[in-house]
Amino acid sequence: MAEVVLEARDIVKHYPIKTGVLRRTTGWVKAVDGVSFDLHKGETLGIVGESGCGKSTLGRMLMRLEEPTSGSLQFDGVDMYAQSTSDMRRLRRDIQIVFQDPYTSLNPRKTVGDIVGEPFDIHPDVVPKQGRRQRVQELLDLVGLNPEHINRYPHQFSGGQRQRIGIARGIALNPKVLICDEPVSALDVSVQAQVVNLMEKLQDELGLAYVFIAHDLSVVRHISDRVGVMYLGKLAELGEEDEVYTRPTHPYTQALLSAVPVPDPVLRGKREQIVLEGDVPSPANPPTGCRFHTRCWKAQDRCTTEEPGLTMRGDGVAEHLSACHFAEARAVVETTDMSDHSG
Amino acid sequence: MTETSRHVTDGEDVAPTDDSQRAMVDETLRAEGDIGEARSLTQDAWRQLRRSPLFWVSAAMITVFVLMAVAPSLFTSLDPAKGDLSRSRETPNAAAWFGRDLQGYDIFARCIYGARASILVGVFATLGTSVVGSVTGMLAGYFGGLADTLISRIGDIFFAIPLLLGAIVFLSSFRGDDPGYFQVVFQVVLVLVVFGWPSIMRLMRSSVLQIKPNDYVSAARALGASPVRILRSHVFPNAVAPVIVVSTINLGVYIAVEATLSFLGIGLIPPTISWGVMVSDGLPLLRASPHVLLFPAVFLSLAVLAFIMFGDAVRDAFDPKSR
Repeated sequence: MAEVVLEARDIVKHYPIKTGVLRRTTGWVKAVDGVSFDLHKGETLGIVGESGCGKSTLGRMLMRLEEPTSGSLQFDGVDMYAQSTSDMRRLRRDIQIVFQDPYTSLNPRKTVGDIVGEPFDIHPDVVPKQGRRQRVQELLDLVGLNPEHINRYPHQFSGGQRQRIGIARGIALNPKVLICDEPVSALDVSVQAQVVNLMEKLQDELGLAYVFIAHDLSVVRHISDRVGVMYLGKLAELGEEDEVYTRPTHPYTQALLSAVPVPDPVLRGKREQIVLEGDVPSPANPPTGCRFHTRCWKAQDRCTTEEPGLTMRGDGVAEHLSACHFAEARAVVETTDMSDHSG
Repeated sequence: MTETSRHVTDGEDVAPTDDSQRAMVDETLRAEGDIGEARSLTQDAWRQLRRSPLFWVSAAMITVFVLMAVAPSLFTSLDPAKGDLSRSRETPNAAAWFGRDLQGYDIFARCIYGARASILVGVFATLGTSVVGSVTGMLAGYFGGLADTLISRIGDIFFAIPLLLGAIVFLSSFRGDDPGYFQVVFQVVLVLVVFGWPSIMRLMRSSVLQIKPNDYVSAARALGASPVRILRSHVFPNAVAPVIVVSTINLGVYIAVEATLSFLGIGLIPPTISWGVMVSDGLPLLRASPHVLLFPAVFLSLAVLAFIMFGDAVRDAFDPKSR
């Protein structure tokens, strides 16, 4: 396997809950509570999970847009969380982000040329001043926009085109890692496909590694080499895309996958659906032991007291990382690819 | 939010090809075809302004007042400082269009020359409050924490003191024996800035708090932009519109406050010519010779009205909801 570019170890983000006139801290929201993974060069790691499970906070911490409560993040052997402001600025060339909402991620008062060219203003030694305009036009061409539109403003573009501008800005500095925080969930389906295909093309051409955060299981399956499933700030399962989708071992992953709509109307309703009881517990007061035990049909006494680690589990044939004491592969979804989109 | 948008797109999926194809064609058309010249929001605001009669009327009035301030001799050849006591309180006539006051000064000439003090005070007080208020408001809103607490509480202290009371105390304590024209104007401007900046600061702070969570600010941070750069090229241009609007309206208010201070005898003092001083001089004669008070009062009202109307037009143009 290719070398590791990003190595996250036990990343934690707790937000204080402050109450009363004196703003005393009365508790902590455990948004991300100990996430570890490796990202290899040129691969795509998909992170899925429902709303509020900490995916986006994780993404922002991988960019150090949010300071972690604890944990370490090694980028090419350098600890990102230990860098000074100026060293961090240099590091940022190699790790960039694409945001979810193409309507708030572009400054409405700047032209496309200013937006895509800003990385070169901040890091002036990347491209000499005379060559910048041409480089911006090359980037626009690369993401499938008309290079002549360099003087237009964001409001003159559609959502899909705006997302392409955001991607052009993200890849302007030739990063090694691109964090994609739900890059297609604000777009409609036909445009989603275009943007996902563009991202795959760019990965092939530029050798980018993606951390692809989404709540859409089918899109993640389509683009990812490996997939991590998050529940309440922790990874429940992490493995090769095929492993996780065809032989999920964590009950939460199984429930999640069983909810993917069946695209074939004849088969619809014939598949077994696992319907979970109750709601996601509050991250301010997560359950003891396994975080999923309050909704799990397999839960036993052990699950309430002992927290399962994210370790290799499975039936011995093909194992992958899973955080369940009673991990057991169970096929819940047909081997279709990008058949439908849902979450 | 994404949940709902997904449902909507799901709905479109049911009746698919035609609509989505057309959408794609539309998109390519928009991308390839000509959709007119590139326009920024400021240019949009300007287009809106050009169509507003309110804007043109107020702009014309403001131009006239500014011209009066810059070159009063364009409007009258009479000397405003030449008094003829024998013709004291003369009513309007062919030689003295607006009549003469108690000292026999020509009221028309003095109305023209009085514009300078009002415009100077109004413009500089507005510039001062805008600059001080914007900078402090941006620092408070963007950095938050201790900077925010400090700036906001200091602002509250100044905000709690009524403008007129503060101005009276300030001007009566710091007035020298024989201040010159510009020194007096500077003092009045200083008072207005000292007591007027907190309202602009609060406006800017709230505006910045709205802009700050936008992803383009995060994107700039992710690119490694310095706080100065983020504030200058991302936060300020998007947060400044409400400040422009309120400052334009405030310009009229500051002119009125200057006249009030001069009327109370603590702003500009004779021999400086100012509408406030003229109104003050005319008050005892209100019954016998109302024209002495009437004309400067009309000039003052027109100037204040012009700037407030201008501010209204600017607000309408910058507010996309009114389009």
